[in-house]
Amino acid sequence: MADGGEAAQNNAANEKPPLVRFEAVTKRFGSVAAIEALSLDIAHDEFFALLGPSGCGKTTLLRMLAGFETPTEGRILLDGEDIDAVQPHRRPVNMMFQSYALFPHLTVEGNIGFGLRQENVTRAEISERVTEMLALVRLQGFGRRRIDQLSGGQRQRVALARSLIKRPRVLLLDEPLAALDKKLRAETQFELMELQRRLGTTFVIVTHDQEEAMIVADRIAVMNHGRLMQVATPSEIYERPNSRWVADFIGEVTVVEGHISAGGAMDSALGKLSVAGTSGAKSGDTVWLALRPEKIGMSSERPAGELNKVPGTISEIGYRGDISIYKVRLADRSLMKVALANVSVRGNALFKAGDLVWLSWPPDAGVVLDS
Amino acid sequence: MSTQANRRNWGARLVLLLPYLWLLVFFLVPFVIVLKISLSQTALALPPYVPVFDFAAGWAGLVEFTVQLSADSFRLLSSDAIYLLSYLKSLQIAAISTIFLLAIGYPIAYGMARAPRAWQPPLVMAVVLPFWTSFLIRIYAWINILQRDGLLNDVLTRLHVIDAPAAWLSSDTAIYIGIVYSYLPFMVLPLYAALEKMDETLLEAAADLGCPRWKTFWLVTLPLSLPGVAAGTLLCFIPIVGEFVIPDLLGGSETMMIGQTLWTEFFSNRDWPVASAIAVSLLGLLLVPILFYERLQQRSLEGGR
Repeated sequence: MADGGEAAQNNAANEKPPLVRFEAVTKRFGSVAAIEALSLDIAHDEFFALLGPSGCGKTTLLRMLAGFETPTEGRILLDGEDIDAVQPHRRPVNMMFQSYALFPHLTVEGNIGFGLRQENVTRAEISERVTEMLALVRLQGFGRRRIDQLSGGQRQRVALARSLIKRPRVLLLDEPLAALDKKLRAETQFELMELQRRLGTTFVIVTHDQEEAMIVADRIAVMNHGRLMQVATPSEIYERPNSRWVADFIGEVTVVEGHISAGGAMDSALGKLSVAGTSGAKSGDTVWLALRPEKIGMSSERPAGELNKVPGTISEIGYRGDISIYKVRLADRSLMKVALANVSVRGNALFKAGDLVWLSWPPDAGVVLDS
Repeated sequence: MSTQANRRNWGARLVLLLPYLWLLVFFLVPFVIVLKISLSQTALALPPYVPVFDFAAGWAGLVEFTVQLSADSFRLLSSDAIYLLSYLKSLQIAAISTIFLLAIGYPIAYGMARAPRAWQPPLVMAVVLPFWTSFLIRIYAWINILQRDGLLNDVLTRLHVIDAPAAWLSSDTAIYIGIVYSYLPFMVLPLYAALEKMDETLLEAAADLGCPRWKTFWLVTLPLSLPGVAAGTLLCFIPIVGEFVIPDLLGGSETMMIGQTLWTEFFSNRDWPVASAIAVSLLGLLLVPILFYERLQQRSLEGGR
């Protein structure tokens, strides 16, 4: 489990102190704990994702940062200062809401300029910065429109512009793309990344979509039941998950249970498997080997070389266009998932259901997990 | 096949026709009769006006009937100040009462809409509860409360707010109290409906953008509740202008609202034409706010789609 120690470690590379720091924050609603003794650092200029299943507390964490909820215990520091007593309307953070929460009685301009009108900013400057924002989100010429005259994608961009116009220290994005269709969501993900790089603002995004988190974020905090499961870069989380739960939550995985044998290999129902490292597990400990489907090779002949090899029968094939997922039934009746790229344009796959095949992977293809 | 489709078409048309039929029978026909009476002249007869439309007389009768119509009653309305004063009094009382209703009703509706979800149905119930007692009985109860040795004077003297009992009854104050009390549900309910459906994340969004709470009320809550304000205002203002029972029972004799003037013409003076002319003019006067209300309703229906 990642805790304050690991978060601090991640920040050791940064010279500057973290922009946002959660210090042993607990949030209880009645007797239910939404967040439990959570510590987390978010660096300057970082695109940070809070990822987890619904009800894991990621939105509560975001709302505490915005000031809509107050921690039951612990404290939240922004630039080294405790912001517990700072009311939401005085915090230098802005939020883009999942429902967008656009004011229906105001125009696009009225919505985008709302934040600036709460400050001592001249009319001319407001209008100038609204125009700037309209250009930034590619909505030139839409300033006078009413909100109900906009499409879902346009509303999303108005909400984004509205939350950016005050140049917040941290921009909070609560499931910002959830209401868009898949194609538009994919485009907008890249736009968000580009925007974040250009503005140099710290973005904190809440999402339940692991693919989205992997694409946009520099670092991801995977959460479950109000706790941090792992905080790391997307590739680390995918390739080096620290638990079966994280391995299973992010992407496809096959988990093989076994024991560490005297020689540093792993004894399992599939026989002796050689592994690259044991993650500190000692001989005799129960461990799990997590294997990603694309790391496993498949052939009809027994492959040669220093590989782990198991025979099996193809039970199901899921065709996805770019790749196919094969579910292979092994000798111990368990299923192993294998992904193969469909490189041939003719589309007639090399394997069909019922084929006897050999699965193989090098020792360093999987990760040994002790929890 | 086509006959069946035709029949179904007729069925649909009949359903569409029903509301128009309703308006025709219960609004347009009575209105034409009242309009006709307003253009007649008083007579010591039964009915107490001439001319009386006679179907048996045929074309000649119709011509004679038309010739006898006159606008004398309307001329009287504009020449005698008592009618104009009555109209102005009614508008004044309706306008001031509506302002009071808004000032009292808005906080109540706001409190209801912000109350915990589980409390809201009982609160709505509490607003509607007075309707379970007859309107007349409730107004008579106010006579009891407002009279010289009534509850209000009793409480105020005991609290030493006033030294001697004041005369509440038979004054404009009594009319205002009675009207505001009676019409409050009609103000609270549309306001509550408008405030209750408001998305509360809008308030969070305003706070997030640097808007303090009191300012959020003026910039977000109030503008978004304006349809409810307009609906409540018109729903109260229009019937208050024509109010008769409350001013008659609680008000003094020196000032008359237009409803009382109409009643006097009709029942005391037996002047049906003038009474009808008052009614027709009142309708003309109220047509502006009624049409405004209709347009507003239509717009909110379209907006809801």
